[in-house]
Amino acid sequence: MTSATLRGRAWKLLEMVTTPLLPSDYLDLVSPLRAGADLRGRIEAVHPETGDASTVVIRPGRGWRGHTAGQYLRIGVDVDGRRLWRAYSITSPTDRRDGRLTITVKAVPDGKVSNHLVRRAAPGTLVQLEQATGDFVLPQAKPAKVLYLTAGSGITPVMGMLRDTDFADVVLVHCAPRPRDVIFRDELHGLAANGRLRLTEVHTGTDGRLDVARLDELVPDWAERETWACGPAGLLDAAEEHWAAHGVRELLHTERFRPATVVTGEGGEVTFSATGRTVDADGATPLLDVGEEAGVLMPSGCRMGICFGCVTPLKAGAVRDLRTGEITEAEPGVLIQTCVSAAAGPCDIER
Amino acid sequence: MTAIDPTAHLTAEQIEELGRELDAIRDEVIADRGEQDAAYIRKVISAQRKLELASRGVLLFSLFPPAWLIGTAGLSVAKIMDNMEIGHNVLHGQWDWMRDPKIHSTTWEWDHVSPSDQWKHSHNELHHTYTNVIGKDNDLGYGIMRVDEDQKWQPFHLGQPLWNLVNACFFEYGIAAYDLELGKNLGKRRRKDPEFRARARAVGRKIRKQVLKDYVIHPLLSGPSFLPTLAATFTANLVRNVWSHSVIMCGHFPEGVQVFERRSIDGETRGQWYLRQMMGSANISGSRAMHFMTGNLSHQIEHHLFPDLPSNRYAEVAVKVRALFEKYELEYVTGPLPKQVFSAWRKVVRLSLPNRKPKVRASKRGQEVLAA
Ligand code: FES
Repeated sequence: MTSATLRGRAWKLLEMVTTPLLPSDYLDLVSPLRAGADLRGRIEAVHPETGDASTVVIRPGRGWRGHTAGQYLRIGVDVDGRRLWRAYSITSPTDRRDGRLTITVKAVPDGKVSNHLVRRAAPGTLVQLEQATGDFVLPQAKPAKVLYLTAGSGITPVMGMLRDTDFADVVLVHCAPRPRDVIFRDELHGLAANGRLRLTEVHTGTDGRLDVARLDELVPDWAERETWACGPAGLLDAAEEHWAAHGVRELLHTERFRPATVVTGEGGEVTFSATGRTVDADGATPLLDVGEEAGVLMPSGCRMGICFGCVTPLKAGAVRDLRTGEITEAEPGVLIQTCVSAAAGPCDIER
Repeated sequence: MTAIDPTAHLTAEQIEELGRELDAIRDEVIADRGEQDAAYIRKVISAQRKLELASRGVLLFSLFPPAWLIGTAGLSVAKIMDNMEIGHNVLHGQWDWMRDPKIHSTTWEWDHVSPSDQWKHSHNELHHTYTNVIGKDNDLGYGIMRVDEDQKWQPFHLGQPLWNLVNACFFEYGIAAYDLELGKNLGKRRRKDPEFRARARAVGRKIRKQVLKDYVIHPLLSGPSFLPTLAATFTANLVRNVWSHSVIMCGHFPEGVQVFERRSIDGETRGQWYLRQMMGSANISGSRAMHFMTGNLSHQIEHHLFPDLPSNRYAEVAVKVRALFEKYELEYVTGPLPKQVFSAWRKVVRLSLPNRKPKVRASKRGQEVLAA
């Protein structure tokens, strides 16, 4: 018998010992970061960067497969008892000696997770992680000349790259309202002082928003540079247009942070994605009725919100709880009770 | 269905107003649910796991009587926690709002021979929607007992104190059979129904795993303590079964609790639904430890009004609910466990015999129940 089958048998036996729980349910009590556990991390420290941004140091579980500079990860944080998932760029270099990783988070107004991480997260807290992902990364072959174009927290994936890889000729154009809003300002100036980076700060609070056409003056050879841009949609749209207009679109790589806001309203177009049906719903009809009307097979029970026999994944959009008026927005893993929820804008129900 | 309707003094408007006041109580808790509640259930789950692990560890040495006693007591408590404060409440969706897939009504499985999903159907859906409606809520006497004067007496009922005792000892099996609607489904045609067979197989699998774990694997692991460990697990299961059966009997059986006719719920309004839950449930009074060990089903009235509120909130909700009972001059049935258990048992025994004074209304309704 190979050791793998032996281990398989031992595990089966262990499952018989712990049924109906799994061995991991007990192991998680003592060793939540062990190999083989669901991927988690432990927050070890939170360092303020600016007035509203902090770097969170996380010790990932043994299952962490590492990242490539420029990638992001999705992190599940319990805020007010409720697990919420967000994506943040990784700001630590890939070869950090202690195996920790960092994300740098800017608190956005009304941002539940960002404000929690920046202001309240305590060392010792467990968070859920997913493996790093994203293709906003550097190519295998080093480009001779590089331009980074960033604004606000758009600096975070680029900081991951700067800390990870040296280039002979790098220019960074970074926009922030005021000098003190520039995340990693000291470190960036340090790199510039050592000659490893040519840095241009644009202070939008005093100079106004960056007009991409100004690049001709700030970085005269911009069109020869392989460029990575990250920031608000307005900046990236303008950059894409500008690069395309000059016929160098393929030199530009952009990373968009998904806007967190979902448009909500009364009723909307409901998609039952598993069945492939789409219907219009008003803001007062339970989605259970809407689905049944449309001939979709909907699980149900009490039809009054008490039995949880109708819970169904909400894949996109938002719904309103007809009893409390509370809005629930789609996030991975979010389930809703269709008998007491109505469409609050377009939404996608996995049935 | 009692001769005197204890809600007769309420007008239709009052009943709807009562419903709105109860909705407000619910909304308040929902708006306030948060970190502390989540921390509470996590703590309880982790304590239960540690207690079970420790007790099973001690039972490895159950050849020594003190170890047997401590291990058996610990395992009994762990099993009760698993079924009551954790399993029952998680399966009600009370903690779904946390969005933790590990503590969720769709993924939870409990130390019980009835698989979670089958139990959720018969309990959450049938019992909680049709609470105490004769012919629709099979929890009333589990289909084997007569629980109201208005039900027709049959010689079969003479044995019901005995059924009830047996049911108490093997409660989890009773529940599994009940969730399968075994009585109804053993008819020749139904037995072949593929959907029923699939469910029966699921129960079979669950029973096999549970039995293997409790009566084979753990005793074997104990080596020379094989037999004492076997006895200990059997005892723990017995204790857990009798305990949950007692607590659950207290929820709807004691004197003073109302049952309802099938037709009385046609076109029921929200307020009337609430009122039925209020009149159809009974509480157990006692210490915080008592509430904890009953999985807060000692707050059965509050649980039936708000089955999806986190159980740790029922105590504070109870104060407000009780005030509403007073305001609307309704009887809040509650009492200490021994009193309620005694009351429920007395009813079981009394109703095992034919009614002493035949009531005119009773016989009429009795036929209705039969026809149902
Ligand atoms: S059908 Fe019972 S909660 Fe929706």
